[in-house]
Amino acid sequence: MNDVLTRPTRFRRSRALAGWAYAAPTAIIVAVLFIAPLVLVVVMSLHKWPLLGPARPNAPANYTKIPDDPLFLDSVLFTLKYTVIITILLSAVALGLALLVQDRRPGVGFFRTAFFLPGAVGFAAAALLFYGLLNNDFGPFGFLGVNWIGSPNMALTSTILLVLWRFAGFNMLILLTGLQAIPIEVYEAARADGANRWQIFTRITLPLLRPTLALMLILSITGSLLAFDQFFIFTNGGPDNSTVSMVMVVYRNAFFRFDLGGAAALSVVLLVVLVALNAVQMRILRGATTK
Amino acid sequence: MRYYSPRLALAVIFLFPLIWSGWASVQGPEGFTLTHYRSIIGFGEGLATYVGNSLALSGLTVVGTLVVATLGGYAFARFQFPGKNLLFLTALAILMVPYATILIPLYVLLDYVGLQNSLLGLSLVFVMFQLPFALYMMRNSFEAIPREIEESALVDGAGSLKVLLTVLLPAVRPGLVTVGLFAFLASWNDFFAPLILLSDGASFPLPVAVVSMTQRTFGAIDYGVLQAGVMVMAVPCLVLFLVLQRHYVRGFMSGALRG
Repeated sequence: MNDVLTRPTRFRRSRALAGWAYAAPTAIIVAVLFIAPLVLVVVMSLHKWPLLGPARPNAPANYTKIPDDPLFLDSVLFTLKYTVIITILLSAVALGLALLVQDRRPGVGFFRTAFFLPGAVGFAAAALLFYGLLNNDFGPFGFLGVNWIGSPNMALTSTILLVLWRFAGFNMLILLTGLQAIPIEVYEAARADGANRWQIFTRITLPLLRPTLALMLILSITGSLLAFDQFFIFTNGGPDNSTVSMVMVVYRNAFFRFDLGGAAALSVVLLVVLVALNAVQMRILRGATTK
Repeated sequence: MRYYSPRLALAVIFLFPLIWSGWASVQGPEGFTLTHYRSIIGFGEGLATYVGNSLALSGLTVVGTLVVATLGGYAFARFQFPGKNLLFLTALAILMVPYATILIPLYVLLDYVGLQNSLLGLSLVFVMFQLPFALYMMRNSFEAIPREIEESALVDGAGSLKVLLTVLLPAVRPGLVTVGLFAFLASWNDFFAPLILLSDGASFPLPVAVVSMTQRTFGAIDYGVLQAGVMVMAVPCLVLFLVLQRHYVRGFMSGALRG
């Protein structure tokens, strides 16, 4: 066989050059739009960096003032609370949906599509949809007399409904890929051994689904810690700043207080925490995969 | 029946908000009306401007992502060059870095290079966000093609670019559709990046423009017009998803989400 890749050095060198040429656009995008901002965000966090006008070094003031910002501290607690609640509910609903539509039957495609369809709608559009849907003068649920975004707890509850509606199908799809990777023979063998449905679920489905569940958890936790759209559009942080997420504080610092340095310092903190969290979760995920 | 009724009930729950929104967008005090759509056409800078911005933004993002990821995927699948693994891993690391945290420096950076408040600059940012998924998909697509196919062309003296364009590109078309679909949905729907990187109302894409309707301080919010706006944003995505569902699901199956 004539393997072109093992031919003389000159050929290999020209192949390497061509490879670099094809990879060049990737390299430029990565360098200019990913590496450079990563460096810049650290530099900015060490400066008093107003929205307009010159920057000057003020390290480490942007970091030391973080504990003095009560809105940010509240937003950390709120975002953590939101993340825990939504991750538990989203996992449960997505797993339930995935189990409901895992078998091939006539019409199952329709159900999968129906559950996923909200996921094709943009999150901002979904938030606007719920903004009208849960408005008591305009939406269909006015007769219930529930004040959907009137109190902090109801605003959070309504946002959770919105997020469940928008993301349950998306997470269902992730779990479905894991469920379908489990060989049918495993189930057949378990059934032949007399296992009931609950035993099959807890002893076979759940353990074999662990890597996929872990992936879903990573995406859900990261996404929730960075929540912005739902609270900015749907509750606008209210009532009384009770639904202000961490990213909303970053945004407010940058574009309402014109303090880009402070916003950059918060970004760096978020970045470090999330990358560390991702690394830990990846390790768990990888551990689960190799088992 | 025991199989279908609970699933059907759930399907109704999931579809209801979409159906309600469509209904509310054509519902006036005296029944069916198109006034909400008529008012949204004249809203702000005009609906045509916002749709045009969204189309330009998505178009640039889709084309940019396809070009960069096709060339990059080809390089990573078929060539050996120094720094190859480092570059690939760095590109995948974009997934690890939450994008909301680098938008503040990107705002400053785009200003430096004269791309502030520009749809082109914003689309380049979207290309970067899409890169981990797109590169992974395209590299796998190229790797799935047997090497013999291009080797015979190379032996015949064809250059690697000609081989890519004439022999390989048709073979990776499914991958291109998946990558293009993800790039379109992401750029058409994103709210946070344009909110930060664009300052001029005339260059807003649909999500930022329609949300601004709810945040005006004067005048009551017209909820019917708002749902018309939701429909304008959502219907293209729903249609595209229903038509290209297979390609979308393949994106999930590929494992590319794992990074």
